This record gives sequence, structure tokens and C-alpha cells, in this order.
Amino acid sequence: MIEARTMTLNMGPQHPATHGVLRVQLELDGETVVRAYPIIGYLHTGIEKTAESKHYYKVIPTTDRMDYLAPMSNNLGFCLAVEKLLGVEIPPKAQWARVCLTELTRLNSHLVWIGTHALDIGAMSMLLYAFREREKILAVYELVSGQRMMSTYFRLGGLAEDLPADFDQRVREILEEFPSKFDEYEDLLTNNPIWRSRTIGVAKISPEDALSCGFTGPLLRACGIKHDLRKANPYSSYEKFDFDIPTNDGCDVYARYLVKVQEMRQSLRIVRQALDGMPDGDYRANAPGVILPPKERALKEMEALIFHFKIITEGIHPPVGEVYQGIESPKGELGFYIVSDGGPYPYRMRVRPPSFVHTAALDKLCKGGLVADVIAAIGSIDIVLGEVDR
Amino acid sequence: MDWTFLIVKLIQVIAVFAVLLTGCAYMTWLERKLVARIQSRLGPMNAGYQGLLQPVADMIKLLFKEDITPKHVDKFIYGIAPLASFIPATLSIAVVPFGDSITLFGRTYDLVISNLNVGILYVLAITSIGVYSIIMAGYSSNSKYSLLGGLRSSAQMISYEIGMGLAIVVVILLSGSLNLVDIVDKQGSFVGWYVFRNPVAFVVYFICAVAETNRSPFDLPEAESELVAGYHTEYSSMKFGMFFVAEYANMITVGAIATTLFFGGWHGPFLPPIVWFLIKVAAFQVFYIWARGTLPRLRYDQLMSFGWKVLLPIAVINVMVTAFFVL
Repeated sequence: MIEARTMTLNMGPQHPATHGVLRVQLELDGETVVRAYPIIGYLHTGIEKTAESKHYYKVIPTTDRMDYLAPMSNNLGFCLAVEKLLGVEIPPKAQWARVCLTELTRLNSHLVWIGTHALDIGAMSMLLYAFREREKILAVYELVSGQRMMSTYFRLGGLAEDLPADFDQRVREILEEFPSKFDEYEDLLTNNPIWRSRTIGVAKISPEDALSCGFTGPLLRACGIKHDLRKANPYSSYEKFDFDIPTNDGCDVYARYLVKVQEMRQSLRIVRQALDGMPDGDYRANAPGVILPPKERALKEMEALIFHFKIITEGIHPPVGEVYQGIESPKGELGFYIVSDGGPYPYRMRVRPPSFVHTAALDKLCKGGLVADVIAAIGSIDIVLGEVDR
Repeated sequence: MDWTFLIVKLIQVIAVFAVLLTGCAYMTWLERKLVARIQSRLGPMNAGYQGLLQPVADMIKLLFKEDITPKHVDKFIYGIAPLASFIPATLSIAVVPFGDSITLFGRTYDLVISNLNVGILYVLAITSIGVYSIIMAGYSSNSKYSLLGGLRSSAQMISYEIGMGLAIVVVILLSGSLNLVDIVDKQGSFVGWYVFRNPVAFVVYFICAVAETNRSPFDLPEAESELVAGYHTEYSSMKFGMFFVAEYANMITVGAIATTLFFGGWHGPFLPPIVWFLIKVAAFQVFYIWARGTLPRLRYDQLMSFGWKVLLPIAVINVMVTAFFVL
């Protein structure tokens, strides 16, 4: 009797299209995928555990390293969670600046996504176009924080420093330039017959499955479910901004592409509003004893100096309790769950990474497709392994 | 047969071979430069002015790389696969006329290495051999990526050869000859070019030719995002270099054949024939690179269904319509 045998193909961890060190074990029947089994752990950093032995302030830089394409979003998630625990009110300027920068971060992350995703499907030039634009955002990061990727610009209670003088002008240059660039991307891809044939109907998932798999962010919205934490559960004054939530009923790779491209335009809208309405005032909350006083004051005032010294050496002591704060990171719901035992270190920090949840659904997305569809699927769920293995 | 004839032929062979190989080397430079331009980069700049010496540097690098033969490969087949790829790629240029016949010392020489009566058949036969090298490389490497790449590419090349053959049949019908020199002569000047008399055949031919040479957007066998590098994943050093050169030699050959079959060969005003020939071939190469810089890659099943369900019927109908008008 002839027995049909499947072939096991190992994709990764050193593979050009797995975005970092994802390893996918594929069981193939010819070129059809019978099973896709993602294996993670090749980029394990132990950030959650490390956080348990760091002062709250000193956890912020490690959060940068999780989703290294969206550092500011991670910072924001952590800061908001701790601020919630502390019950600190954030001054409007800091909130607006945070919105502005996290939306730029969303652009940054989506630009890398569109570039690498298109590269995987064979449109090589897109990568360089997207990275050319991303460079401008990295320049803004450098302007505000001195760092291009691991910015660590947000602090508990606000920002690390005041926004630089030419911040406004530099970001406005981006706003001027980007819409026409996005048009170019869409010219290259949206109606390209090859692009459409590679993405439409590929890696489909039903809205019910998407919900039960815990999809969030653009992936969920590409299943026609209008859920966005910025609207559903606003944080950092998002309720004061006017923007739309793009959705699409396609449930496939193409729908995810369309949703993300529209999201990029919405982000520009939010950034513009944040710049136009940027309030004056403090960039960090004034809450003696829990929030680090601005450095200028610490150098001039006795009390500020004392608090500065105490917070740096002793850390802060949030009340006993636990807190969960989810934010809409570029990839979906990024949640920080922090348990405090009243000491200077978090008793437990748990991160709900969107990438991890989406990776888990890879089998569902790839089953029945071809090997080439696996690539498209991995590209479309837009995962960052630093976040999966945090 | 006399000595002068032999010597002249030998000079021709060496000259054509040298031009072809230099062409291959500079194709890589041109490709990198043009793609860089498309992608708003500079491309190679360091080796020589505008990176003009880059191909030389690349070649030296490839020659001095360690030639790794992985364990468990079928050594004999693994070793000859690059040759089986390289040799046919360079052979088919032999029947392409690149200029009018010239008279030297009272004798007339055709500017073609071999004025073969069945030139087109020869080209089809030789280019088909290239498939074997890919199967051999894919099979002998003992790697799943190579195997999948090799299988894909052989299936692809065989399917597209049919469409290509049918497109060429149209040219044969129009010209009534299998001889490439005759075909060029029949087309004569601008208006007689077969690309104008039967554009469908040209489009079918060119699409098939791109697929046949495994170039973007049909570069599935070496789809690096899926199969790492396809059939030559396990190859290194000059063995890899041979696959590489063969790919470019195939592109140049396709350009040369397309020029001969559809664009009047070396015909053109003002400039000498050889220059016209080179310009036309170069234009095809630029087109290749342009496609690579712009288009995503088709999926394997789409590629096959496009070949069998779209191109083949078009080619068949085109042959029948042309035959109806010619007869």
C-alpha cells in the first residue's frame, strides 16, 4: 500500500524570513502545510524576572528591549501601569507629548512591518523606502532622548526632559512629507496584481477564531471587529483626540495590510493634533516623594535634591496592590500587570505581549496553505521576537 | 576548410565568449547600480570609480572562498551540476547573429559563430539542458531547501518552455525559416520587426523567458524568504559563482534571442550593426532589473496556473491566428 508521508521542514531560527529568531516546524505534504508549529525561546531575555530585582524607575530601560521596534509604546505601558498604582496625575503637556511620540512609534513599527513584509513577498524595494522614512522618526527619537532605538524617554510621572525647542518643527517636516510617501507605497502595492494574489484569501481566520485566540490590534480590526484600546479604554488623554479606527472584513493578509496602511495615516492625524494642541506647563508631575523631581530643580532646591537622592537610592514605595494597564501598541494590546508588595521592587511584573498571542495562532493561520503562505502569514501578524520571549 | 577560416572562427569564438562573460560580470554591476538607484541608494562605490571594479573584486572573492562540500552530498553530481548550468548558458549564444556579414581580404564572413540552419531548435534544445543542472543541484545537495527549490524550478522551466516554444513557432511561421540569420534578414528595417507584426508572441515569449531564467517576479526557485537560496543553498565559492554567472548569461542570451527574433537583430540606422545589437540586448537587461526592483514574487501555484491556464492558451490561439493569416 502506498503511504502518504509528510516532510518536516524546519524554518528558522536562522532563516531570512522569520523576523528574528522564530523557529517554525512545518509539516509538509508536498508544498501544502499540514501543521505549523512555532517554537520560541531563542531570544529569551528574562525581562519580566529582571524587573523583580530593579527599582521601578530602572525597569523602564528594559522595557525598551521587548518590542524594540516600538520602544516608546513599551515605556508608556509600563509608566502608565505604575502611575496608576501610585495614583499620580500626569500634566497635560507630558500626556500630549506621550501621545505624539507613541503615534510616531506606531509609524516606526508599521514602517518596519510594511518593509519587511513586502520584502518577504519579494518586493525588495519597499524595504528601503520604508527604512528611509523610518530614519526620520529615529532622528526624532534621537532629538528627544539622544538614542535612536532604545530611547527610554518616558519616565514615571512624565518625560525624562522637556521637549527640545525644534521638536515641533522637526515633527511637522515628517507630517508634510509622509502622506505622499504612503501614497507611493500604496501605488506600489495596493493594486499590484501580484501583491493582491499573494495576499488576498491567504492566512484567513474567522472573527470568532480571532477573538478566541486573543487577537488584538490591527489583526483583530482586519477581521472586522472594531476594537481599539485608544477608544475603548482611553489612556493618556486619547479621548481628546479625533481619529478613526480603520477596519476591514477581509480577515486575510491583504485586509491586515489595508488596515495598517490606513492606521499609519490616522497616526499622522493624531500627531498633528498633538502638535497643534500641545499645552504649556510641566513635563513631569509634581508629586514629592514618588516622582523624581526634574533635574534642574534638584540642582537648585534643597527639597528637590533630597527627594532626588532618596528616590534614586531607595526607590519608590507604591502602595500594596496590583494593577493592570493595557495600551494599544502598534501590534495590539500590550498589557502590564504589576503586583506591588509595598517594597521598592515590583513583586511581579507580567507583560501581556501581543506578539506572543499572535504567534500562538500561527498554526491556525497557516494550515492548508502553501509554504509561501507561511511567509506571508508570519509577515502579516507582525511579530517581534523580543516581545514574544521577553 | 582552410586555416584562415579556422583562425577567424577561433577569434570569433573567443571574442564572443569574452564579451559574454564580461557582459555577465557587468550585468551584476549594472543590476546593483540600477536597483540601488530604484531604491534610493548608491550601490557599489568603493572599488574603482562608481564601483566599476566591483565585478572584478567579486570574482576574486568568489575564487578565493573556501569550496565547501557538505557531508552526505552526492559528490559527483554535486560537482558537475554547476558546470551543467554554466555550459548550456554560454552555448546558445553561438547561433545569434550580431552583425551583417563583412568582407575581409576578399572573403565574406558572417558575424555569427555558427550559421546553423536549425538555429532556433538548437537554442531551445540547449536552454532546456539548463533544467538538469538545477535538478541535479537540488537532488545532490541532500538538503530539503535545495530539493524543494530544484523541484519548483524544474517544473517552472518545463511549463514555461512550452509557451516559449509556441511563441517562437509564430516567428518561424512569419519568417519561414529556422535559421536565425535568415530571420534577421527577413525582418529588415524597423517596420518589419516581428514585435510589431505580432506583439502577442513577443509578450508571451518574454514572460516565458523571464520565468525560464528564474528571474523576478518568477524567481521562486531562489525565493530567499521561503527556501533560503533554493537549489544553490549548499554551494559555495566558484561553484556558486558558476550558477550565478549562468543566471546572468541566460539573461543575456534571452535578450539576444529576443532581439534577433523580434527586434530585427542588428538592424538599425546610423550606428554600426554590432552597436545596435548591444544596445537592444542591454535594453532587455535593464527591463529585467527594473522588474526585479519593483515587483513582488508570485506564489508557486499561481505561477504554474498562470503558465498553463493563461499563457499557453494565448500562445496557442496566437499560433493558430498567425497561421491562418500566413497561409
